[in-house]
Amino acid sequence: MSEDIILQASGLTKEFKGFVAVSNVDLTVRRGTIHALIGPNGAGKTTCFNLLTKFLQPTGGVIRYNGQDITAMQPADIARLGLVRSFQISAVFPKMSALENVRIALQRRRGDSFDFWRSEKVLAGLNHEAAALLEDVGLTDFSATLAGELPYGRKRALEIATTLALDPEMLLLDEPMAGMTQEDIDRISSLIRRISANRTIFMVEHNLSVVASLSDRITVLARGEVLAEGDYATVSKDSRVIDAYIGVGHG
Amino acid sequence: MATQASPLDTPRAASPGTAGMPVLHMVIFAGLLVLGLIAPYVLYPVFVMKVLCFALFACAFNLLLGFGGLLSFGHAAYFGGASYVSAHAAKIWGLSPELAILAGTGAAAVLGLAIGSLAIRRQGIYFAMVTLAFAQMVFFFSVQAPFTGGEDGIQSVPRGHLFGLISMAPDRNLYFFVLAVVSIGLLVIYRIIHSPFGQVLKGIRDNEPRMISLGYRTRRYKLAVFVLSAALAGTAGATKAIVFQLASLTDVYWTMSGEVVLMTLLGGMGTVFGPILGAAVIVTMQNYLATFGDWVTIGQGIIFVVAVMLFREGIVGVLARIIKRPL
Ligand SMILES: Nc1ncnc2c1ncn2[C@@H]1O[C@H](COP(=O)(O)OP(=O)(O)O)[C@@H](O)[C@H]1O
Ligand SMILES: [Mg+2]
Repeated sequence: MSEDIILQASGLTKEFKGFVAVSNVDLTVRRGTIHALIGPNGAGKTTCFNLLTKFLQPTGGVIRYNGQDITAMQPADIARLGLVRSFQISAVFPKMSALENVRIALQRRRGDSFDFWRSEKVLAGLNHEAAALLEDVGLTDFSATLAGELPYGRKRALEIATTLALDPEMLLLDEPMAGMTQEDIDRISSLIRRISANRTIFMVEHNLSVVASLSDRITVLARGEVLAEGDYATVSKDSRVIDAYIGVGHG
Repeated sequence: MATQASPLDTPRAASPGTAGMPVLHMVIFAGLLVLGLIAPYVLYPVFVMKVLCFALFACAFNLLLGFGGLLSFGHAAYFGGASYVSAHAAKIWGLSPELAILAGTGAAAVLGLAIGSLAIRRQGIYFAMVTLAFAQMVFFFSVQAPFTGGEDGIQSVPRGHLFGLISMAPDRNLYFFVLAVVSIGLLVIYRIIHSPFGQVLKGIRDNEPRMISLGYRTRRYKLAVFVLSAALAGTAGATKAIVFQLASLTDVYWTMSGEVVLMTLLGGMGTVFGPILGAAVIVTMQNYLATFGDWVTIGQGIIFVVAVMLFREGIVGVLARIIKRPL
């Protein structure tokens, strides 16, 4: 296996009671790239993410991360290896403030936090860094707001800040810009470009202009199978890709 | 569409950045302590001790439900189980009350570890069912086992001498010891909620998959809070056995598991002070309405329905929303 391949899945398959959501998918993500996974609704993109991060157990196939077989690992342990995902449905901690949301990710640095006898004061040392991450995503004014009360686009931004707080080697972002205003999209796009400097990013995104401008490589999924792969120019000219998008309707 | 709200009109999460206990909480704790010191001179001490034991029980339960997001329907097992161990330790082994209570607490922790490690493999209603099933096993064990005294329970438990020195026979003496035990228990719970561990718990309660994706092995935290909650519920039950000089089947019966749910919901789950108020209201009702027999049960049922329909957040939860401060 080549040094510059960070994530590789071969023969990845997931069956739900007879329905094959992901079928024999081969994926190779190169280190340091922004790789997009696109396809119509129901194509199996989120399921792929769930399999790669082991939130779902694959029916078949092998997943390797940095050359290590992670197919049998627990999801928390995969996160600890530096492969961190976000969720399609906004995943914040609604009853915690925006600052606490980011801080709980920074808290992972302490290792485990079973110290129930210690005051949470010991976490105050992380506040400064949490505030800096909030600033990166334009949330400085919302630092004390409960995450559940943020508008949708701000929740997505908070989620990205929380993910970045782990300083992961590789990020899996599931539709990070869905539901955002153009202004937010611009800010998050440039943030993604900036953080990609020393990271690998694998993202599902429906906004094709974002995909076109950000990604080095694109994999197109339809009905659980890989339909095409290549850079934007190649993929967008592929007649099967065009058919799949027109055939299933806009998603 | 939410706008750039000023920090003043958004509810603040437990004061990030500022250290230690918020002044408001300190004032409330101080107020409760003053009440606790006056109460035995105004009210019947044994009644107030009962309120105190149930306040601790409800707060221990709330630690699991309100902060861990785990609904146990079998907390009577730890409360009642510990009361048997404490009563046995005081009566048969002749331990002093503080050691008997420690023994009960330890036994509840061990029981919590055993049941919890099996229950946390399940989610939601299945979790509740597993905890209930094991609690029923503890109940049937208590009916059958020789050392629990079956239908009679363990009676005439000596109150003993605190540290082997101070007689706990006078109600007032025992009262101040119980007040100390319960106060320490409540402060321990407060600290657990406001610790790095407590932050992780809130994260799991709010969004467990997200915590997993951040690399937290959530099951271990759930087990840890289960054991802590069981142990503290045990402290409450063990203390109650010394107060009433009795350990009986009532305390391990499933209705006791239901009562603590009711106290917590009524007062406000996930609040610091709600379960204390909930326990006080329910115990007072049971005490003063005891002459009405079955009507108490019906009254409790009505309160439960009203609480669930009208204020899901509980009394203290509603207050916290009005003053926009966590309580
Ligand atoms: N847990 C599940 N059980 C059964 N079917 C599922 C489950 N998760 C996803 N699916 C099905 O798998 C297919 C792919 O879903 P998904 O991966 O969410 O698609 P995408 O993210 O590409 O829109 C859909 O038909 C969906 O209904
Ligand atoms: Mg999806």
